[in-house]
Amino acid sequence: MAVTEIDSSAETSGTTKAASADNRPRRKTKIFDHVVLWLGVLLMMGPIIVAFTTSTFDHVTIHREGMQFGWGGEFVETYKNVLYQEGGFTGEVTGLLMTQNSLILGLGFAIGKIVVSMLAAYAIVYFRFPLATFSFWVIFTTLLLPLEVRILPSYEVVQQLGMLNTYSGLIIPLIASATGTFFFRQFFKSVPNELMEAARIDGAGPVQFFWDILVPLSKTMMAAIFIIMFVVGWNQYLWPTLMTTEEGYFTLVRGIRNIMQQMIGADIPEYNEALAMAMLAMLPPALVIIIFQRMFIKGLVEQEK
Amino acid sequence: MTTLRIRNAIKQYPNGAQAVKGVSVDVEDGELVVFVGPSGCGKSTLLRMVAGLEEVTDGEIELNGRVVNNLEPADRNIAMVFQNYALYPHMSVRKNLAYGLKNRGTPSDEIDRKVEEAGALLQISEFLDRKPSQLSGGQRQRVAMGRAIVRNPAIFLFDEPLSNLDAKLRNQMRLEIKKLQRRLDTAAIYVTHDQVEAMTLADRIVVLNNGMVEQIGTPTEVYSRPATTFVASFIGAPPMNLIPGELSKGQLHIGAHSMPMNSAHAGPVTFGFRPERAHMNGAASGLAVEIGVIEELGAHRLIHGRVGDHEVTVAQDAELPPPDGRMMLAFNEQDTHLFDPDTGARV
Ligand SMILES: Nc1ncnc2c1ncn2[C@@H]1O[C@H](COP(=O)(O)OP(=O)(O)O)[C@@H](O)[C@H]1O
Ligand SMILES: [Mg+2]
Repeated sequence: MAVTEIDSSAETSGTTKAASADNRPRRKTKIFDHVVLWLGVLLMMGPIIVAFTTSTFDHVTIHREGMQFGWGGEFVETYKNVLYQEGGFTGEVTGLLMTQNSLILGLGFAIGKIVVSMLAAYAIVYFRFPLATFSFWVIFTTLLLPLEVRILPSYEVVQQLGMLNTYSGLIIPLIASATGTFFFRQFFKSVPNELMEAARIDGAGPVQFFWDILVPLSKTMMAAIFIIMFVVGWNQYLWPTLMTTEEGYFTLVRGIRNIMQQMIGADIPEYNEALAMAMLAMLPPALVIIIFQRMFIKGLVEQEK
Repeated sequence: MTTLRIRNAIKQYPNGAQAVKGVSVDVEDGELVVFVGPSGCGKSTLLRMVAGLEEVTDGEIELNGRVVNNLEPADRNIAMVFQNYALYPHMSVRKNLAYGLKNRGTPSDEIDRKVEEAGALLQISEFLDRKPSQLSGGQRQRVAMGRAIVRNPAIFLFDEPLSNLDAKLRNQMRLEIKKLQRRLDTAAIYVTHDQVEAMTLADRIVVLNNGMVEQIGTPTEVYSRPATTFVASFIGAPPMNLIPGELSKGQLHIGAHSMPMNSAHAGPVTFGFRPERAHMNGAASGLAVEIGVIEELGAHRLIHGRVGDHEVTVAQDAELPPPDGRMMLAFNEQDTHLFDPDTGARV
């Protein structure tokens, strides 16, 4: 969301610069642009703000009166509970542990995808082997087979390998990435071939060329893919639900659901805690985007080649 | 001694295209040999075969007495300068120069010394810590040459290194390359499609056409005794005039005109003369040219005209009064060239 904002504001400043000869219409468009932008911000941030304010009330109030707009004063209490209170069926999971699990999944997912797809793209672009183009297209067609389609066979494979309820079982089956391979392939193809030849003359072997030349050149590309993949990995729900049944492996996204599920008997679900956890679950992806955003845009705009 | 011997080199690309069709060239120690020819004639391919970047389909590449056909580029003791410089964009100039040395395990104090030396030689010392993107075209060109120099190669390979520069800088760098090569006294092959570059730089020129050698010789030889009509029309600007004629009994007939020609050959020939080697003697006899357009170039002028159906160009000193309507040309014996009209070879 932060990214789209930056994008559109960059665009508007571009158009206003172009139209600077004529002042009046320019001013009008500027106001109009800002109105549109603010509407966008409101639309996107509104629910989040309401969720946040509501999470500072106690769950009885929320149950009785619905979403809240003010400051409920239970902020510290609620967030402390979410982070440190041991909950769940076994009473072993805390919010902190789930955050950690989510981080492991998000990072493993993003880094794994980058490593695997860079290596695959490197092989496809720089090595002549039989059926290279064919294998690329095979990789590419896996886009047509998202996880949801092949979930049963995938589960069976992981189960037979005894990787249920492990981090590797959670991450490894997800890290093959056709999109990543495709992006890196396009990028490598745009790197002038002479660079590889110069490196060969300079005595760099395949590994050295990859490590010394290609990886540094791909930095912005890697940052861009990292952002996207981290967010996707962090938000995984279906796959972790299947792969991990032990609560020690629960991620934040699953934790939210768990809290909401407590509607057994007369218990009122801890709405405030669920909302607080949702806020927490949103924080790291937002941080990643804010931190890497400059590199991301730089990667899209300028190319150091 | 001979630094490089190319023996009957053939290159066939996997798609079946034959880019080099049996070329043999020797490069002597300290010699600068220029491969020149039109675009697509195979000069880059030949150079890349020497570098080891293209496999040799057939024939031999021998460097310093050792056949290198199957050696990796890094093991051949060559250095190459690319047209687009191919500098590593993320490394400083210093690292660009040092990279090859580092990969060969050169001790770091020696690397530093060599980099400083090359930097001083090429006047890029003050840029050593900049990135290539912060340099001008000419400076990048120097860095590319620096990267070649630090390796102390047996031979330098240049593939159209100046074509990305503007005209003025190109002339300047051309001179510098020549000076540098003389100073280092290292053999070099320089590939270009620009015949001016070829003439000014070369100790010897190899004129390539369609994957084959048309002529090998010094610039003077190639200019004054072209072996084929191709060389005649490729070397020299404007190119040599070529007109069909008929030779019999020591007389060359072109249209109604005939002139004595010291040749035993008989039959149809292609007659060639250089624009700058024809006299307008004002006499009533000679090869008659109908004058068309005249171009003033400052020091001299180009007179475009026709002999029968054939376009010819004559260069004239700008001090002389421009001719009008029609002119008569006469030639010195050594400035006339005869070629076989079918094969294009000199007769
Ligand atoms: N990798 C390649 N695969 C197939 N044909 C090629 C390849 N590289 C060059 N060629 C062909 O070989 C011929 C010579 O190319 P090149 O040596 O680059 O010419 P030049 O440098 O003289 O312009 C051209 O006809 C070109 O199309
Ligand atoms: Mg070329």
